[in-house]
Amino acid sequence: MTPARALGLLVLAVLAVTPFVPMGVMGEYTIHVLVQIFIWSFIGGAWSLMGRFGLTSLGHGAFLGLGAYTTTLLWNFFGLTPWLGAIVAVAVTAVFAVIVAYPCSRFQVRGHYFALVTLAVGEVVRLLIIAERDWTGGSLGVTVKPAGDDSLLALQFADRRVFYYGALALWLAGLAVWWRVDRSMARSAMEAIGEDETAAASVGIHVTRFKVGITVLSAVLTAIGGVAYAQYISYVNPDTLAGIGVSLRIVFAVVLGGMYSMLGPTVGTALTIALSEYLRVLFGVKFIGMAETIYGLLLILFIIFLPSGIYGTVRQLVRRRRPAAASA
Amino acid sequence: MIDPLFLAEAAVNGLLLGGVLALLALGLNLIFGVIDIVWIAYVDLVMICMYAVYFIVQVYGWPIWAGGLASVALGAVLGLGVHLLIISPILTSAPVNQLLATGGLLFFLQSFATFLWTTDHRSVRLALPRLELFDMPISVARLVAFTLSILVMLGLYLFLTRTYIGTAIRAVSQDREAMALMGANPQRVYLVTSAVGGAMAGVAAALLIIQYAVHPFFGAAFGPITFMICVLGGLGNMVGAFVASFIMSEVIAISGVIWSTEMGYVIAFVVFIVMIFIRPGGILARRG
Repeated sequence: MTPARALGLLVLAVLAVTPFVPMGVMGEYTIHVLVQIFIWSFIGGAWSLMGRFGLTSLGHGAFLGLGAYTTTLLWNFFGLTPWLGAIVAVAVTAVFAVIVAYPCSRFQVRGHYFALVTLAVGEVVRLLIIAERDWTGGSLGVTVKPAGDDSLLALQFADRRVFYYGALALWLAGLAVWWRVDRSMARSAMEAIGEDETAAASVGIHVTRFKVGITVLSAVLTAIGGVAYAQYISYVNPDTLAGIGVSLRIVFAVVLGGMYSMLGPTVGTALTIALSEYLRVLFGVKFIGMAETIYGLLLILFIIFLPSGIYGTVRQLVRRRRPAAASA
Repeated sequence: MIDPLFLAEAAVNGLLLGGVLALLALGLNLIFGVIDIVWIAYVDLVMICMYAVYFIVQVYGWPIWAGGLASVALGAVLGLGVHLLIISPILTSAPVNQLLATGGLLFFLQSFATFLWTTDHRSVRLALPRLELFDMPISVARLVAFTLSILVMLGLYLFLTRTYIGTAIRAVSQDREAMALMGANPQRVYLVTSAVGGAMAGVAAALLIIQYAVHPFFGAAFGPITFMICVLGGLGNMVGAFVASFIMSEVIAISGVIWSTEMGYVIAFVVFIVMIFIRPGGILARRG
């Protein structure tokens, strides 16, 4: 067993027993932060599926919002269980992703242009949610209707530990998808497309099929993340689940961690969430905005000084040292 | 059926809004065309300058023109600062990192403004007469802002076409490598461009504060539409951005009257997305 694999299993074992470690009043809070880290890491991983191949989307908030709002509204208005609601949300998001990705690929919208088109898409979804305020509660958001008590059907539990294990499973599933894509033919094809689309097409790679495929996969996973987050917080809001703000936060976390490695998005998300929670606790309600100010400043510094991400940089350092150690 | 008078009024308001949007878009587009980086935080710089005008005019009681000049100077300094501190260290790194560094600046400016000045809406009140044209009330503040922004844009045009450094700026935006081979110093061109782009933000701030209240999320409200205009006009294409500003502002104003403000923006964004598919190089791009 390699040291890396042993470390991975150890981390997993610690995570599996964490909810039962007695931590007193801090317990609830620790669980809450960890659930958020799992869900947002999953979403970050979904983003990086596209991002690592040069498809920089600044509109993942659109997919997140579609997922969260579809299930929440179906439950609130028709009493449809979030399990079926999630399936509907996935279908809706997949169709929506095709509508965005197909023309983008056909008309060769790339780079800055792709980023800005997706940004517009994110804003369209956010504004539509606000405009349809009779249904969605507008910018005030809407609360997921309580089912009364614990209910598997309604995906509502008073005990946070249930969500903890659910989110942990979701996160692991996300890593599995990432690993599967990384080992597949699609990865080589997408890398070729990312390098040079015309050359890739000339060796027989179906550019549009791969691009649309990876976008749909990424969008669908993001929507599932949105459903999970909405069920956990039991409140949806257009500004926290759609639009530029959240889209940029996802991208930040991933780029900070490193988007070319499996655990990069997780490391980045864990750090940004831990940082913003720490700053929030540190400043409380004393200096409103101070926590976010420091957060923004640190993001700029990280991007300037660690351009390939924290995890990516650490891995490069380890790699550089290992051959030296082997030859010595 | 909507009263045609309302539509006419919306069209006039759209035209007046278009002037200021054009100013915003030209500043951003100038920077994009030359340095090849989208400053996501551009409108947040405008927001900071708007606060400066507010404090100078409304709190310290100086005349508005002094506030305007200070805003232009502050904008130029901010533009230089952004370039020297954030952009130049990462000039050669991946485009997504450059985009995100200015995105970090967006978070920073937004929350720092919240920290310093809270989320209260603040506006500069000027005693301007009301004007009516064919029974339509016309805001004099908007008319003044429109006229001044057209004049500033003319000034920018003359600067870019008639001065030596302006010619150098246009040359860099056409071909970065060739320009360096000709012995020109791209660093100097970048600095001047950032300062001019920042100063444009300052001008826009002075013209916006007499029409709109400023708050820390002002950038989030006007930012996306500004990027859309730049892309719609063709990134780096000045005339295109100018035309696109008026298309977008008319779409927003007219559909805002027919449906709602949010739907106005939704339609503007959808128009943008569809236009990118049909004319990816911008509305005025030559087919090639």
